[in-house]
Amino acid sequence: MIRSRLKAQRLAFLFLMGCFFFNYPLLSVFNQGGVIYGLPPLYVWLMVSWLALIVQMAWVVERKGD
Amino acid sequence: MLQGWVIVFASFVYLGVLFAIAWYADRRADAGRSLISNPLVYALSLGVYCTTWTFYGSVGRAVASGIGYLPIYLGPTLLFALAGFVLVKMIRVAKANRITSIADFVASRYGKSQVLGGLVTVIAVVGVVPYIALQLKAVSNSFAILSSYPEIVMPAMSGTIPLFQDSALYVAMILAAFTILFGTRHLDATERHEGMVAAIAVESIVKLVAFLAAGIFVVWGVHEGIGDIFAQADAVPEIARRLTTADSPATYGTWGTLVFLSLFAALLLPRQFQIAVVENVDISHLSRAVWMFPLYLFLINLFVLPVALAGLLHFQGGGVDADTFVLTLPMAHQQEMLALFVFIGGLSAATGMVIVETIALSTMVCNDLVMPLLLRMPILGLATRSDLSGLLLAIRRWAIAIILGLGYLYFRMAGEAYALVSIGLISFAAVAQFAPVVIGGLFWKGGTRDGALAGLTAGFVLWTYTLLLPSFAKSGWMPAGFIEHGLFGIDLLRPQHLLGLTGLDEITHSLVWSLLANLGTYIGVSLLRAPNLREARQATLFVGGAEAAGIPGWRGSAGVADLLPLAGRFIGFERAQEAFARHAHERGLRGIEELPADTRLVNFAETLLAGAIGSASARVMVASVVTEEPLGIDEVMNILDEASQVRRYASEVEQKSAELTRATAELREANAQLRQLDRMKDDFISTVSHELRTPLTSIRAFSEMLQEDPKTDLAQRSRFLGIIVSESIRLTRLISQILDLAKLESGRAEWTVESVDVGEVLSDATESMAVLFTEKRVTLEIETCEPGLAVQADCDRLIQVMVNLLSNALKFAPAGSGHVKVGARGTANEVRVHVTDNGPGVPLADQELIFDKFRQGAGTADVLTDKPQGTGLGLPISRQIIEYFHGRLWVESSPAAGTSFVFTLPRLTGDNDASKNS
Repeated sequence: MIRSRLKAQRLAFLFLMGCFFFNYPLLSVFNQGGVIYGLPPLYVWLMVSWLALIVQMAWVVERKGD
Repeated sequence: MLQGWVIVFASFVYLGVLFAIAWYADRRADAGRSLISNPLVYALSLGVYCTTWTFYGSVGRAVASGIGYLPIYLGPTLLFALAGFVLVKMIRVAKANRITSIADFVASRYGKSQVLGGLVTVIAVVGVVPYIALQLKAVSNSFAILSSYPEIVMPAMSGTIPLFQDSALYVAMILAAFTILFGTRHLDATERHEGMVAAIAVESIVKLVAFLAAGIFVVWGVHEGIGDIFAQADAVPEIARRLTTADSPATYGTWGTLVFLSLFAALLLPRQFQIAVVENVDISHLSRAVWMFPLYLFLINLFVLPVALAGLLHFQGGGVDADTFVLTLPMAHQQEMLALFVFIGGLSAATGMVIVETIALSTMVCNDLVMPLLLRMPILGLATRSDLSGLLLAIRRWAIAIILGLGYLYFRMAGEAYALVSIGLISFAAVAQFAPVVIGGLFWKGGTRDGALAGLTAGFVLWTYTLLLPSFAKSGWMPAGFIEHGLFGIDLLRPQHLLGLTGLDEITHSLVWSLLANLGTYIGVSLLRAPNLREARQATLFVGGAEAAGIPGWRGSAGVADLLPLAGRFIGFERAQEAFARHAHERGLRGIEELPADTRLVNFAETLLAGAIGSASARVMVASVVTEEPLGIDEVMNILDEASQVRRYASEVEQKSAELTRATAELREANAQLRQLDRMKDDFISTVSHELRTPLTSIRAFSEMLQEDPKTDLAQRSRFLGIIVSESIRLTRLISQILDLAKLESGRAEWTVESVDVGEVLSDATESMAVLFTEKRVTLEIETCEPGLAVQADCDRLIQVMVNLLSNALKFAPAGSGHVKVGARGTANEVRVHVTDNGPGVPLADQELIFDKFRQGAGTADVLTDKPQGTGLGLPISRQIIEYFHGRLWVESSPAAGTSFVFTLPRLTGDNDASKNS
């Protein structure tokens, strides 16, 4: 349960990571032409980092122990 | 094929199924087997966040600004990452206080203020109306487009068709009727609606599956995968530029604004608060929602950009509104069933939003706006009516109808000027105004009612001026001049460039000004005064956790007789009785009638009522039956006083304890002294008994010998009788001395104090002893005696001391060669008398011992084998007497040089009266 202090802090850390992932200036790094596997880099970056964030959030709250 | 009636029929079947689900869930809830009490349902019901804005609007937004549709979903993801700090706290507080809505939450936080609850309600209703209009627009447009299948025709501008041919009107009416049926069938004792939540969860599944189906069809049915779509789009320069955001700082600013705006909206929109906080069954469900809800958002957005690009590719040349691509693409490929399914998905997105939003808003309107006003009108006599639950339901039904009516009105006036997403963002900006008072209220104890009122008002006014009014003006409903030239033609007051601020889009611009003013006044006005007692109590309940438990809410009391009928009037008598019985059971009582009229009962009743009519109204109602003294300044002073009294008392206790410790030590010491004295008394008694028995034994022995042998010769007989007589004398003397000593020690001796001439005492004493001295052939002489030495004393006692000392000296002086000298000298202040013999002397070690009772000098043979020559009491008695007259008695001696007993007494001169002890 996220009432645990440690889990809440881990989630808050992910919040900060998300704020960094989803905002300027990191966005401008991917905001350019070219393709990755045929897809625009910004689209790939946002979808991948978003999914990665969700997976990490799931890992934090569903983990047994602590 | 897809005639209008088919679409209408399918829609009603869908709504009927939803209704059945809700009905079943309600029945399960009544039976105590909740259908929705699991984390999956909770996470799915949170999907109510995704409305037709998402379902149709995201694609439109993607066409307009590429990836720019996405921040609206990244924000809520970030919000749930903060769940451990914000949501957990909100849910816990809301559960403890039976919070019914966000207006109730704010009102309750700032001292259960009805005015504040009303203001939040007004802002929420005004702010959310455009959002409802958005749903009406989406449903009526999609209906119009689908019903013209297989043609793809954009619907006419709604403002141009007559009112009663406008499908949006009928959509609004049907939604109103459905919501009323859904949410206000009966008034729950609780603030929760299980049936509604179950239906919303199902709707979330329907719209997700419908959107994914459309996306999959477009990507793999029409094209050959996502890569194919992007490759084709890349080939068309006009489309290719949508693949990246425009590279300017302003765009990143808008992006960031939208991320945080949606973060707040996902928490503060009335329907989000309703689902996430009020309808939460168990706080532990939140932990799974932390990742499930963001995952839901991720899935529903997966195909947005591909569908947008596919639509652009297919409908090159325009003519088709990008907001409808999800529907028109399947239609263009003759997929009528898929198109119908997509329409149903859009319908579920709209109904889900409208149902929850209007139920939440109607609860707020009823509890925080209408009821407080009605209760304040004595003319209606509501306070005395026996059953108000019917009235409450009627108010809520009317509120639902009116809110949907307002939504339709906005749609008619302003709906066509904006894309779906732009309308929704106006609402987002409105509810973002709640952020300072809600978030601040959860973490800062200093916020006051005045600060919250000022902050909300400032933010709301600026939002209206910079966002709502321009939206009216743009649709031609208001003169557009004030947008161009500012209010009254003042350039600095241009609503979208306030104070000349440029370079921001209209949403960011409005948020910057309104939130700045909101936060500034909220904090600034709050700091003008300290929170009053009620605000401080609520602040502790919301911000603090554990320490809040002990704070009583009411200082008055009311019994079951008052509270039960009161609760019954609002939630129905039977439900109230059940609740009271449960409360009695929790307190370990047998029944309702045993409940005492105490603070706890009043708090229970207030919380119970708060679930039905909101905390502010509940407080007013309970106050009408509770005899509570107002919290005046005196009261506060009293409380302060009590606190300082407690402190004072504590320090007194500390002081007392120190005193006790001291007293204990003294007592222990005294006790030790007593024990020693007791031992000394025991010693004394045993010694006295021994001393008395010695002469008695010899008297008895000689008497028995005389009695048993009458033939004892005369010489023998007279010797025996002599011993008996002398032993009797010794015994008498011993007894009289013991009595004497006892008298002296207890202070009961009789004294005849007068001026005594020492010379006379000396001569009297020596004369009376002369015979004894002569017998033992010891010389006795008065060495020196100054004339006129006078002391204040008892003459007989002084002679007793002299006789004692003389007989003592005689005892140790050797017979024949012994001589004893007596002398008296005077100094300025005292008279000094000495009796000196030429005996063996007293060893230094014994010089004090000899003044103890029954101690005799080592020179006098062993007490047990030889008969002692004295009683051992003479010296102690003498010392007592001398000390009584403020003198001192001591011995000066060295072995083989004789012994000198010396005493001094204060000298009595003509002007010096020493008779103070007489």
